[in-house]
This record gives sequence, structure tokens and C-alpha cells, in this order.
Amino acid sequence: MPYRKIMILAEQRGGKIHPISFELLGKGREIANKLGAELSAVILGNNIAREDLMELIYYGADKVYSYNHPVFEYPDVIQYKHNIVKLIQEERPEIFLFGATNFGRSLAPRVAASVKTGLTADCIDLQVDENEELIQIRPAFVGNILAHIKTKTRPIMSTIRYNVMKKNERNSTREGMIVEMKTEIAETKTPRLIGKEGEKKINITDAKIVVAGGRGLGSQEGFKLLKELADLLGGVVGASRVAVDEGWIGKEHQVGFSGNTVKPRLYIACGISGAPQHLAGMKDSEIIVAINSDPSAPIHRIADYSIIGDLYQVVPLMIKEIKAIRGE
Amino acid sequence: MSLKIVVLIKQVPDITRVKFDAERGRIDRSSAEAEINPFDLNALEAAVQVKEKLGGTVVAISMGPQNAAVALRDALARGADEAILLEDNKFAGADTLATSYTLAGAIKKLGNFDIIFCGEKTVDGDTGQVGAEVAEFLQVPHLYYVSKVKEVKEDKIVVVSEMEEASYVVECEFPVLVSVTKDVNKPRLPTLREKLKAMKAEIKIWHAENLTDIINLSNVGYAGSPTVVSKVVVPKEKGREGKVFKEINEGIKVVLEELAKKGLI
Ligand SMILES: Cc1cc2nc3c(=O)[nH]c(=O)nc-3n(C[C@H](O)[C@H](O)[C@H](O)COP(=O)(O)OP(=O)(O)OC[C@H]3O[C@@H](n4cnc5c(N)ncnc54)[C@H](O)[C@@H]3O)c2cc1C
Ligand SMILES: Nc1ncnc2c1ncn2[C@@H]1O[C@H](COP(=O)(O)O)[C@@H](O)[C@H]1O
Repeated sequence: MPYRKIMILAEQRGGKIHPISFELLGKGREIANKLGAELSAVILGNNIAREDLMELIYYGADKVYSYNHPVFEYPDVIQYKHNIVKLIQEERPEIFLFGATNFGRSLAPRVAASVKTGLTADCIDLQVDENEELIQIRPAFVGNILAHIKTKTRPIMSTIRYNVMKKNERNSTREGMIVEMKTEIAETKTPRLIGKEGEKKINITDAKIVVAGGRGLGSQEGFKLLKELADLLGGVVGASRVAVDEGWIGKEHQVGFSGNTVKPRLYIACGISGAPQHLAGMKDSEIIVAINSDPSAPIHRIADYSIIGDLYQVVPLMIKEIKAIRGE
Repeated sequence: MSLKIVVLIKQVPDITRVKFDAERGRIDRSSAEAEINPFDLNALEAAVQVKEKLGGTVVAISMGPQNAAVALRDALARGADEAILLEDNKFAGADTLATSYTLAGAIKKLGNFDIIFCGEKTVDGDTGQVGAEVAEFLQVPHLYYVSKVKEVKEDKIVVVSEMEEASYVVECEFPVLVSVTKDVNKPRLPTLREKLKAMKAEIKIWHAENLTDIINLSNVGYAGSPTVVSKVVVPKEKGREGKVFKEINEGIKVVLEELAKKGLI
């Protein structure tokens, strides 16, 4: 039997390795151990420091395929695809994992269509069954069901949701190999980056505490109150789609099916009814507190603690109490 | 100057109403009306806006069962000029690779195009993969997570593409595929007059045999799909405390005590 290979794409932004890469290595390592396979990380960037490449080994890679070229400075899907497809054709990996970031979701399907293989989107788990087959598990139907998916072609490709897989402990004595790869430039027309519109300041997917508001806030002003609570708790502000559509807060705050998936330790939902599309983005939070004046709102069904009442009474009182507890 | 614009639309069940048959592990499609995938309404609106600005034709293409013609009729009422339904038993059961392959085949058959618009994702398939795969099969660049069309000229488009860390302004010459998010515009509602006109309009139906000069039928439908759903499970909900407080002060007190215990405040 040929040597089995598993690859992951180690994404970088502005030269910094994206944390999803280490999560992919965590899961990749687990599968590689089960299958007796080699795990490698593929990284395309411009002058990534050698120490950073070593990190990929410390977190589980046996090998790092490193491409170094200025074209990778901007996430240029065509150039990335061109080189990854060539690597797949040469190395014939059995499994190739991508992060389900916007870039990963944009790149992976092009790679899959190019090598004509199956791609499973947005997986939340990967398992190896008794026949050594890979089972890809993904939510479907707005998170109401989980589909188990197998792929008949090779490589088996999936995008993996951020913040769900565990990374391994960093082990700086782990040994591995860095393979310097030669970048090939695709001679086709590619989109040109001509500017940037505002760096995003909040990163709701990484937040440990999210204080979210919905239509029940009634206005933009309401978010000031939520921000006060979020700041007090060291968290960030989230929102339902209605609140975003009303223009009360930016899209980057939206939680749910067409927004961000979050998994904080604490999620406080204020004036949010709990539509399936909202729940799809937050129901795996560790603790859910719902503040809603309607006792029949569906959000209460998935909350650990429901306070039935007007959020404009509850939230200020909460703020006051927290300050009192802290002796402020 | 006349641009040729293609929009990919899918008919989906109204996801806010549709019921899920947990025993059989299937969406009960009879439980809710079908509609155009909400994100595809934005794609259609974007296409119609480009046409209104620069002139051209908008062709809506959908792959689906016969009754998906309803969605295409709706697309005509909302400004598409032509509608093509790819309908055949052989196309059924397609995953994203087979779907994209078939859609790309139909677009090749149409001939030259300047822009293809598609939605960010479908509410039922929910993969967001079809757009980029179509672009790859057609060997054209694609612009993803487009939240704004800043400028369209006769030979190129400038858009804002949303990535986690920043919003990138990107420019690309035609032909190009553009996948839009719901922020890109507010889809218009069709007027009664347009609806009536669309009722009489022709919807072209292309079967597998109409595409055999372009596509290989072993790559379409279930047979051409490399991914298979081996099982569907209804996730066990995480066990929740489920404490309900009708008295605000008591509720706040208990919640804050619990959060303090967990080191969260
Ligand atoms: C394709 C598609 C994608 C979608 N994606 C998303 C998504 O990503 N995220 C998302 O959130 N939604 C999404 N939705 C929309 C979703 O279906 C709901 O419409 C939305 O989540 C409802 O937002 P809400 O809970 O803020 O508003 P509502 O459902 O109107 O609920 C407001 C709640 O506030 C309560 N309330 C009112 N006043 C007060 C007060 N003073 N104090 C306390 N409580 C009060 C009310 O009792 C009510 O329960 C999507 C829909 C579709 C079709
Ligand atoms: N069967 C189909 N017919 C036409 N367009 C489709 C079809 N499936 C997907 N699309 C297009 O591809 C986009 C992404 O779909 P998906 O990858 O299924 O989430 C949709 O928003 C549509 O624009």
C-alpha cells in the first residue's frame, strides 16, 4: 500500500499564521495517528519567518511545504489554487483539510473542482470508522440535523469550522521537515486588489463572552447599554440579523446562519426571539442567558437561565449588581 | 455595448416554515412552499442593476425539478430576460461538484458571458461551494463574499469582498463570477404587471440530452457525485439548566451567582 498522506492548509494573513491552522493540525494529527499516515501543513506566504513554520511542526505536522512568493501577500485564490493543485497531483494526499474561513471557503471549492473531487463544507467533526473510512460531520438544515458524509474520490476534502477542533499542546521538541517549494505563477488573469475598506476591529468568533441584542432593543441607542455590559464583562457585542438590517449595528456583529458562528463561554441574548437561523450561530455556547419579555419566545428553550422581563430594566440592574459585587 | 449576464438561482423550501422529518432524516418538502433561495434574490438584483446601468440581458439558470420553473418565473418578474431550467432525472441527487459541472455546462452552451452572479449559499444545501466550483469549471476568476458592487464598466467590475480581517476592494475584468452576500443590495419586489407578464413568458427547459455535446453524463447527478450522505442524525441538545425567572431581581441574583462561580464576572 502506498504511504498515506494527510495535508492541511495553514492559512496566513499578513504573514501571521491563522489560529485555524493549529486546530486543523490537532484534528489532522488524530486522524493521521489512526491511519498511520504522514501529516503535512501547506503554507503559502511571503517571507514567513522560520520560527513560525516551526510552530506548525510543534503543533503536529511531520512536514511543512512552504511556498515563499510576493503573490501570496494578498489572498489570491487563483495563485493559491494553482500551486496547491500541483502539489496534490505530485504528492497524492488522501485527505486535504481547509479552514472554513471566508478565504478557505473561496479557495477549497476551486481546488476540489480542479482535481474533480468531493468537498464537504463547514464540518464540525471528523471521525474514522471501523473500515478506516473518514466520516465528515456537518450541520445541515439550519443546524437542525447533522449529516455524516463520505467521499468516494481522492483526496477527500473538507472545510472545517473555526473554533471547534482542539489544537494539540505545543511541543517544541517535536521534529519535522520544512520543504521549500518552488512557486509557479499561473499565467491567467486574476482579480486585483486595489484597496482596503476599514480593518475590522471586532472578532466575535473568538470572544469568550458575547452580549447580543435583537429587535427587542428597539433602537441603536440600546446597543450602548449592551456595550456597557459587554465591556464590564470583557466581552463583545453581538446582534441578531434584524438588528443588523435595521442598521443599529454593523454586520460583523451578526450571529447566526448568515452571520458568524460563536461558541463563547457565556452568551447573553437580549430581546432576541431565538429564530432557528439565530440559534444556528450560538446554540453551542457554554452558558446561555436569555433576557426577553415574552415567556413563550423560543430562545428560552435553549437557555440555561431565562429572565422574563424588559431588558431596559434587567440590563441596567445587572450592570449595577456586577459593579456592587466587584466593590466598584 | 450589451453585457451578457447570467444569474444562478435555486429553488428552496421556505426555511422558516419547512418541517424536518427526523425519523426518515429528510426535509419534508411538502410542508412549506418553495421560493427562490433568499441569497439568490440579491444575486438577481445585482444582475438587474448592472443591466439597467449598462444595458444587456440577464439569463437566469436553475437546475432542479420541473416545479422549479416557478422560481424562474419569479426571476423573470423581478427583471431577468430569459430563464433556463436544467431538468432531468439524470441530474437528480447531485452534490456540489456535479451541480457545478452541470451549471457550467449550461453556461458554456449559452456561449460568451461577461458576469455570472450567484448567491453566497443556499439555505438547504448550505455549502457556498457551487459558485467557486462553477468558476473553476469555466476557468474564470471569481469574487467571493461580495458585499458591495462599487463600479461596473463595460469591461470590468469593482467590488468589496469581505474577509474576516478586512474588506478588500477588488477589481476584475470580464468574464468573472461574482458571489454576493445579502448586504449587496435590497431585492426589489415585482409589480403586478411584471408578474402577469412573467406568467406568459417562456421558460426554456434543457434536458441532459440537450447538453451531451458539452458535458459527460457520467459526471452529473447522483452518479457523478463524489460525496454521499451516509447517515443523518438529530443532534442531542446540550443539557441545559433551563431555569426560568419571572421575578427580575431573583433572576439577576441567581444568574450572577452562577457566573461568579464559573469565574465569568
Ligand atoms: C436565509 C435567512 C438567513 C437568516 N440568517 C440569520 C442570522 O444569521 N442571524 C439572525 O439572527 N437571524 C437570521 N435570520 C432571521 C431570523 O429568521 C429572524 O428573523 C431573526 O433572528 C429575528 O431577530 P430578533 O430575534 O432580533 O427579532 P424578533 O424575532 O422580532 O424578536 C424580538 C424579541 O424581543 C423581545 N422583546 C421586545 N421588546 C423587549 C424588551 N423591551 N425587553 C425584552 N425583550 C423584548 C420580543 O419578545 C421578541 O421575542 C435569517 C433568515 C433567513 C430567511
Ligand atoms: N441547483 C442550482 N441551480 C442554480 N443555481 C444553483 C444551484 N445550486 C446552487 N446554485 C447557486 O450557487 C450558490 C451557492 O449554493 P450552495 O453551494 O448550494 O450553497 C447559490 O446561491 C446559487 O446561486
